Amino acid sequence: MNARIFIPGDAGAIAVGADEVASALIAATRGNGAAVEIIRTGSRGLYWLEPMIEIATPAGRVAYGPVAASDVDGLIASGFLDGGDHPLRLGDPNEIPWLKRQTRLSFARCGIIDPRSLDDYREHGGTSGLTRALSIGAEKTIEQIIESGLRGRGGAGFPTGIKLRTAAQTEATRKYIVCNADEGDSGTFADRMLMEGDPFLLIEGMVIAGIAVGATKGYLYIRSEYPHAIAVMDDALASARKAGLLGDKIAGSAHEFDIEIRVGAGAYVCGEETSLLESIEGKRGVVRAKPPLPAHKGLFGQPTVINNVLSLAALPFILAEGAKAYFDFGTGRSRGTMPIQLAGNIKYGGLFEAGFGLSLGELVDEIGGGTASGRPVRAVQVGGPLGAYFPPSLFDTVFDYEAFAARDGLIGHGGVVVFDGSVDMAKQARFALEFCAIESCGKCTPCRIGSSRGVELVDRIINGEEREANLVVLEDLCNTMKFGSLCALGGFTPYPVMSALNHFPEDFNAAPRAVPAG
Amino acid sequence: MAPYKFWDEEAAAAIIAEYSHLDGALLPMLHAVQEAFGFLPEAVTPMIADTLNLTRAEVHGVTTFYSDFRREPPTKHTLKLCRAEACQAAGGDALAAQAESRLGVTMGEATADRLVTLEPVYCLGLCACAPSAMLDGRVVGRLDARRLESLLAEAQE
Repeated sequence: MNARIFIPGDAGAIAVGADEVASALIAATRGNGAAVEIIRTGSRGLYWLEPMIEIATPAGRVAYGPVAASDVDGLIASGFLDGGDHPLRLGDPNEIPWLKRQTRLSFARCGIIDPRSLDDYREHGGTSGLTRALSIGAEKTIEQIIESGLRGRGGAGFPTGIKLRTAAQTEATRKYIVCNADEGDSGTFADRMLMEGDPFLLIEGMVIAGIAVGATKGYLYIRSEYPHAIAVMDDALASARKAGLLGDKIAGSAHEFDIEIRVGAGAYVCGEETSLLESIEGKRGVVRAKPPLPAHKGLFGQPTVINNVLSLAALPFILAEGAKAYFDFGTGRSRGTMPIQLAGNIKYGGLFEAGFGLSLGELVDEIGGGTASGRPVRAVQVGGPLGAYFPPSLFDTVFDYEAFAARDGLIGHGGVVVFDGSVDMAKQARFALEFCAIESCGKCTPCRIGSSRGVELVDRIINGEEREANLVVLEDLCNTMKFGSLCALGGFTPYPVMSALNHFPEDFNAAPRAVPAG
Repeated sequence: MAPYKFWDEEAAAAIIAEYSHLDGALLPMLHAVQEAFGFLPEAVTPMIADTLNLTRAEVHGVTTFYSDFRREPPTKHTLKLCRAEACQAAGGDALAAQAESRLGVTMGEATADRLVTLEPVYCLGLCACAPSAMLDGRVVGRLDARRLESLLAEAQE
């Protein structure tokens, strides 16, 4: 039998040398008679161990990492093709505590299966959610999703089932499912990992949503910065069509559904749902005023369900295992699991899927191991460029939608970016406003003008020009942006700015501020 | 990097025709034209406008809204350096300064010899192996001064 070696083809693993390791393995095993089959998987999400490669042995998989191309000869010499001992040997990957502690529902297969093989997907439980959705019908499918408590994982946290029901109840000859894979938030990579590691899960989720609302066409809008994800999804869509998972008669049923990929073009604001719809329509990615809601009047004026990758990818589990199985994870009004992404200056960075309810301190200190630089953590930005900065004194904040909102923050798409003491928080506040100025679509004044005026204000504060007066103006400007902007870009940019100022006033040379209690 | 074609009106017309059946065809069309020629020559604006029944201003508006679309030929290499928060947290500012001083340009500019453009990118999704960069489509993570130096050398070949 061939030795089977699993090497991630995930962009994050490739960025740290996975392709070179694969080439070195092919070269090293070519001459010596050992027949080796290399399977490119997604990533398990333990990025400090990437490239992490796995060998299939009779006792299960054995992992090694982080492997460099220069380690390959040594690995082969120590018999790693049979799971032999080596300083890089990690043992059974499922027993690595960082992975064992997780609750992998959406990421159950990521890093394990061959993402380009529909058979592999099926063998690992794939498509059973779709089978159940087809057997219980559209109405009961939506009921299940409502009962699961699933809320939008893109950041807004709107109940996914309610959105589906609204679109289902809206009469139209044509409806759309749009998947928002414009994952532009810094510190987030779960959508990318999922598309690269388990693309059929997302396809299955979109098909389930399509059947539930009676939509016949889906668009998958992927950002151009993700060429690897685009390539994998392209292949997976072709296989799904060939196998009858997409097309005129989905899995032999009377339902029709197909998916088309649209590639973004470098505009962060297109992650905002209405701007994304404009972009698919071939226009500038300018935000639309709501109402009308997309579920009533969305893409091309038709009822449209637009959801993030992680929301749609949660549907197959909910259908296959039942709403209760999903609802049983989580806390309060945040049900199920959240794929949390630990990034930045962090020792153990990667994807940590767990039920809502861990504290920020557990995530950063215990699971993340603190900073990679070894210096104390000073600030953590949660929820991307529009998320608040938290100091370690707020590490008791529980990871759920409401707890973060109560402390003037947001969980957004689940990104956690760690900074050590070298960070200058006035500079980070300035960056938040500058980023908003660069990426603003320009439609509404608070965002378009406010962001530029904000950069100037922070500059004056940093330079000590009328500091106290300018701090008052900055706070006032932030309020105008927060309550006057059309979408989250202008509306949430005040979060990083005000949290930097409130929690780290010393970086602005300002007096300590009274912070509203959580 | 991909070898680009010289401007050829007939080839451009064929690409435009290939995408004209799509709903909301403009972005896929612009991507395809740019992929073929390396940029969007001014001459394609009226061609696309005619095909999609849009005004030239509308096509121009879309072309200039999205940062991916280039209106002049690309340099031989493009080095995208991630400038977003996760990479900032991991030392990205110093690397950006290093790249700027070594190439003698500021972010967003091309070197005078047209060998390389240094572009900021706001997140490559490689935030757990930050800082990161992309050289002509190839992703690189865990950048440090030494690894960046070899990328810069490669970009100047």
